[in-house]
Amino acid sequence: MVETNKKIAKDIYEMILLGDTSEIVKPGQFVNILIEGCYLRRPISVCDVSDGQLKIIYKVVGEGTEKMASFAHGKNLDVLTGLGNGFDVKKGENPVVIGGGVGVPPMYMLCKKLIKEGKKPVVILGFNSKEDVFYKEEFEKLGLETIITTVDGSMGIKGFVTDALKNINTYSYFYTCGPEAMLKALYSATGDVSGQLSFEERMGCGFGACMGCSCKTKYGNKRICKDGPVLEKEEIIW
Amino acid sequence: MVDTKISLGSMNLTNPIIPASGTFGYGYEFAELYDINILGSFSFKGTTKDPRFGNPTPRIAECKNGMINSVGLQNPGIEKVIAEELPKIKDCFKKQVIANISGFSVDEYVYCCEKIDKEKQVGLIEVNISCPNVHNGGMSFGTDEKSAYEVTKAVKKVTKKPVFMKLSPNVTDITKIAKACEEGGADGISLINTLMGMRIDVKTRKCVVANKMGGFSGDAIFPVAVRMVYQVYDAVKIPIIGMGGVSSAKDVLEIMMAGASAVQVGAANLINPYACRDIINDLPKEMEKYGIEKLSDIIGIAHR
Repeated sequence: MVETNKKIAKDIYEMILLGDTSEIVKPGQFVNILIEGCYLRRPISVCDVSDGQLKIIYKVVGEGTEKMASFAHGKNLDVLTGLGNGFDVKKGENPVVIGGGVGVPPMYMLCKKLIKEGKKPVVILGFNSKEDVFYKEEFEKLGLETIITTVDGSMGIKGFVTDALKNINTYSYFYTCGPEAMLKALYSATGDVSGQLSFEERMGCGFGACMGCSCKTKYGNKRICKDGPVLEKEEIIW
Repeated sequence: MVDTKISLGSMNLTNPIIPASGTFGYGYEFAELYDINILGSFSFKGTTKDPRFGNPTPRIAECKNGMINSVGLQNPGIEKVIAEELPKIKDCFKKQVIANISGFSVDEYVYCCEKIDKEKQVGLIEVNISCPNVHNGGMSFGTDEKSAYEVTKAVKKVTKKPVFMKLSPNVTDITKIAKACEEGGADGISLINTLMGMRIDVKTRKCVVANKMGGFSGDAIFPVAVRMVYQVYDAVKIPIIGMGGVSSAKDVLEIMMAGASAVQVGAANLINPYACRDIINDLPKEMEKYGIEKLSDIIGIAHR
């Protein structure tokens, strides 16, 4: 059931849902939402979860997400939860966490889990412009150094997340989620440092049945929805 | 108590519900969600001689009341399916499965059918001559009477299992292809595979799927499926597995009345992973509602 649904930046909405969240066990997992009038479900990453409460952040990009933006308090939704492998927070010391655009939300739950593991990641959040920026304060409230980059320089460092990463020498592992071009740039920019990258792909089912979102990896073909969306840097083939 | 039993070739099914190939993987993903032994059977992911990744992504597009896929027969190849997937299926499914086989030449179809013939777990072979997503093969066998006849005849020589030929709706006259398969010795016909479709993203002005075209499936194609099952039922004497946009118990009754002996559920599984379970649960009360005691009595009843 929809508890709240509000706009937090340009085309960006935060929705809180109430229901059974027991299947969501790792950061980087996603949910798949059935929307009346749309055939396929819409996969949305999990921003945060606590007993019976699920927070998602989505960008209005088309018909499905436009409909989602109109959902009011009390609306019941058919949601498949706990999909995808999620991030492994046990790996790597001194991590840097990098989110780009709608790749930012899953990094929030990831940071909370990393803190629980006794790690204190530096956070880099990349956006196009000031009006697109969201969740800066939320990350700061976790007590983490949070660096903002914008392509037009209207807030934080002007440029891309890789420009901010240049100034950080202390990291020995990275976690990221964002547009593929950003993931590819980080793959190179991080040099020998290993990490985990969360990918996006057009999905059919979202639970491993249709093979719609497959990709090739060094460990064989993987389904982004079931074997991903998080892949280890070492297995990626661009 | 209503009777949902049906028979298909030498297979006797407790009910006619069969998840369609390509929408159910090799079963075990769904076995995590519910006991898949309630199914009549299931048709596993289309399998070819060699392993295939399929087409480039994106290979899924949203449509009104349906979807387009251009997966292109991603599968690990027949050897791995027999060595790795069949044992995993055995762990979660105690009934016989339907082996869905595809190929790019008559020899490849024969190769796979000969291999799968030895597997006791397989109750029936569904020969896919209708995949719209692969070039120089797949659908080209199913859109030409002579090729359809030749594939059927060739695979029948290498297997004792019932052979059902899965046909493409992307033809001028589906009854001619069905008859050619019957002449070639087919034990039954499966239809319909997906309809060729395309979506263009008006923002980017480009085709949504990388392969440009793909197979259109889902609720929207149900009337086409009913029509083609009806036509083929008139044209051949062998049994038909009906499919195409089936998503409810009422759809099952309708397509059976058109002439289907069993019914496959495809795209609906991708939207609701419990679709087949729900249909099986709903079927008895839907039969009662329409005064049906024995499901096999209604096969092709709309022709009378």
